Amino acid sequence: MRLPEDTRKFLYETGDIARFSMRFFQEAFHPRYEVREFIHQCFVIGYQSLPLVALTAFIMGFVLTMQLRPSLVSYGVESMIPSMVGVAIVREIGPVITSLIFAGKIGSSIGAELGSMKVTEQIDAMEVSGTNPFKFLVVTRTMAATLMLPVLIILGDAISLYGSYLGVNIWDTTTMTLFFSQVFEFLTYIDLIPAFTKSFFFGFAVGIIGCYKGYHSEKGTEGVGSSANSAVVVSSVLIFVIDLLAVQISNLF
Amino acid sequence: MAHRKQTTDEIVVKIKGLNKAFGNHVVLKDFDMELKRGENRVVLGKSGSGKSVLIKCIIGLLEPDSGTIEVFGQNIPNLNHVDLDQIRVKIGFLFQSNALYDSMTVRQNLEFPLRRHWMQVTQKEVDDLVMEALDNVDLMHTVDMMPSELSGGMRKRIALARTLILKPEIILYDEPTTGLDPITSLEIIELINAIRAKYKTTAIIITHDLKCVRLTADLVTMLIDGYNYKTATYDALTQSEDPKIRQFFD
Repeated sequence: MRLPEDTRKFLYETGDIARFSMRFFQEAFHPRYEVREFIHQCFVIGYQSLPLVALTAFIMGFVLTMQLRPSLVSYGVESMIPSMVGVAIVREIGPVITSLIFAGKIGSSIGAELGSMKVTEQIDAMEVSGTNPFKFLVVTRTMAATLMLPVLIILGDAISLYGSYLGVNIWDTTTMTLFFSQVFEFLTYIDLIPAFTKSFFFGFAVGIIGCYKGYHSEKGTEGVGSSANSAVVVSSVLIFVIDLLAVQISNLF
Repeated sequence: MAHRKQTTDEIVVKIKGLNKAFGNHVVLKDFDMELKRGENRVVLGKSGSGKSVLIKCIIGLLEPDSGTIEVFGQNIPNLNHVDLDQIRVKIGFLFQSNALYDSMTVRQNLEFPLRRHWMQVTQKEVDDLVMEALDNVDLMHTVDMMPSELSGGMRKRIALARTLILKPEIILYDEPTTGLDPITSLEIIELINAIRAKYKTTAIIITHDLKCVRLTADLVTMLIDGYNYKTATYDALTQSEDPKIRQFFD
């Protein structure tokens, strides 16, 4: 039985992404190491994403608090706001929302950058000048995305909790010490470790998909746009798939 | 007319029985060619006839389906990455689209191949080599500019400077005058000849531009139907009665 064209295309691309990821691991741990480019990419991918992540995280914490408060007040448990917001942000909302923002910003920019380099023969030029373009472009960007996203998520979670603290203080009065002691009272390592671990996988997914889409870009400028677009779509879907798997795995413990 | 006396009898590129197809579309079919040291060889053919594929096979960007491509006696398709990188130092490639790195300044574009190959080189030596390469194309003032700030002709010259920076022995030019106005085209043609005179390079030039063919070629290889249809001087080809050849010159 012949599979439908779309299914075959999907399976072919999945296999191709798996091969591309395998090549990443083969190239990443063999010299020569592109340390300068890696540090540059950490700056671009990590540091330059911080303002956007900080803004969205702050709004997220603030809005979540404002939305939760009426329901909790009706049960007379508004004092639970810090602990509920803390668990929700650290376990799930912080990593997933920050990763989606990251996928939108970094996935598209990597896809477009590599895509335009591909169609203007810059990747070929790199190869003929004796540089391994996979190592220089793909390994550095994917590694930077993998390592920078967990850092952004930790900072985003902290800023989000600060937003929540300000949200609480609109209606009630609480000190920062009391607010954060209530947050940490309900947080355990079982909340922190899976959330932190899955963020590396989210970062890897965004980096590798952005690079894959850009590296295989074709059809000129139209292809570049399409690479950027599909890098965001595929990495966003992958974030949810990884999250689903992470929840199943972490529930085992 | 190019200077034939600059060639020697040493064969630096020897292509034998080269075949390359993309799916069912056969591009190169039993293509043979030999290139002597110091020679400027133009490959002339219709668009889509496989001229660019040929030079991409020579530099190892594309893998041929069969056949041999010997450059300085080494068969390119059989080389591993390390050996291929070593031989690529001796081969410069001028891309049709120039392929300058958009995110880097002119200086960084020129430094890039140097840093890759000559790890021990000092910053002073790098600076001197960059300025020498820019001096060759008369664009020293652009050293800190971005490629987006340059005109089409300037970009082509910067790309040529980047090609020259490792002092290659063979230069592959992929349509060097395409998309340029007649005056800038002539400047690039003069540069190609000046580079040959100064550095004693061997070159394969892919072009449709008959002026470029006339002014740069020692010999012209007609790439028709995927194979080396005829190799002769420009003058001999212009006098040919063969309709397949005449169509290029009429």
